[in-house]
Amino acid sequence: MGKQNKKELQIAALENGTVIDHIPSEQLFKVVSLLGIENLKTPVTIGYNLDSKKMGKKGILKIAGKFFEQDEINRIALIAPSVKLNIIRDYEVVEKKYARLPDTLLGIAKCNNPKCITNNEPVRTRFTVTDRENVTLKCEYCELKTKKEDIELL
Amino acid sequence: MKKGSFVSVADLSKEDILRLIRKTAEFEENPNRTVLEGKICATLFFEPSTRTRLSFETAVNRLGGRVIGFSDAATTSSSKGETLKDTVKMVGNYADLIIMRHYLEGAARYASEIADVPVINAGDGANQHPSQTMLDLYSIHKTQGTLEDLTVTMVGDLKYGRTIHSLIVGMSHFRPSFRFIAPDELRLPETYRQFMDNHGLRYEEFTEFSEDVINESDILYMTRVQRERFTDLMEYEKVKNVYTLHSDMLTGSRDNLRILHPLPRVNEIMYDVDDSPKAYYFEQAKNGVYARQAIICDALKL
Repeated sequence: MGKQNKKELQIAALENGTVIDHIPSEQLFKVVSLLGIENLKTPVTIGYNLDSKKMGKKGILKIAGKFFEQDEINRIALIAPSVKLNIIRDYEVVEKKYARLPDTLLGIAKCNNPKCITNNEPVRTRFTVTDRENVTLKCEYCELKTKKEDIELL
Repeated sequence: MKKGSFVSVADLSKEDILRLIRKTAEFEENPNRTVLEGKICATLFFEPSTRTRLSFETAVNRLGGRVIGFSDAATTSSSKGETLKDTVKMVGNYADLIIMRHYLEGAARYASEIADVPVINAGDGANQHPSQTMLDLYSIHKTQGTLEDLTVTMVGDLKYGRTIHSLIVGMSHFRPSFRFIAPDELRLPETYRQFMDNHGLRYEEFTEFSEDVINESDILYMTRVQRERFTDLMEYEKVKNVYTLHSDMLTGSRDNLRILHPLPRVNEIMYDVDDSPKAYYFEQAKNGVYARQAIICDALKL
């Protein structure tokens, strides 16, 4: 096996499962937690700070034996909008999926208003996406709008 | 959300607003009806608000219903640490309707999701106070004969004044033209300017309270400039008397101009204005009972 091949094989090939590519490095562990990957019992390979032509540094997740529903994937659209999911069956990519920002975000983001009920009682946060292009969220409880750069995740 | 809950002006369609105005007019004509006989309404005031509470309780009493509740959270088990959820769940088992004022924003929406009975928002922090907006809209409709194509001038604290913000949203269905007069520190927040842009509403902003603007208005909505809103007290001293209405400022105004104010007033409307036929703020407050009768009946589908 040549040197070049060895480099490419830093991460083992997957027989069945999902490869999540193009994760911004700084969001990798947030993605892990949003998808509940730490609770899986199957093998997971985490690639962190890998070189990427498009993104500079990126993260990759290879998750054996796990296939995500679209609304699970959509949970990460807020922090990793350009992720690509390769669905692998029998070592072949059989499908590609992308994260789409949902109309409503449930229990993902925190409301920035300290006087909001969601920050004072055990209420699951709920936001409506009011501007898909620039990503603006509106809290359905206190009605405060939050811009992309101010969004804090739970 | 329970069907019938009344939480935010943003939930109301044009038809909802016009229906509530028609019902309010019916109650103004005949306020004493016994449609709530045998019904119990709970007024949960986690934050004191005498005017709003008495207005709601008068409305219930005039409708023949009974009232339970509290006017101060200090006397309830929320002071023992009970969550809003538990209080609302419990009261929902006792009463047919919950009327709630709370210091936290979004509390009314949350309560409406928990309770098995309709919830009427009587104010949630700085967020919404939709029954005030309904009485404002009713007052405008009554004095102008319509809500369509009016020029509405708002003066004072446009930054924190939730009655201002809700009225903008409520009027947005009726092609209004707004004039905003406020010091820079209390300018209307960007999110509402954006809202008006998105809805294609015309508006102009001024820092000077001039007769020119009054003279082209149908409605003059005054609010209080509060000292505690200023970070720079020098700034407050400079502007505190600038946004005050005197009767001589009304000489060139339109015959149909009416002056509104959510009350309480301090010094932003001089007492000599009270005698003007254009002063409408006390009648406006009286309309509050009728508007709340309409809201209560609408919530209970009566």
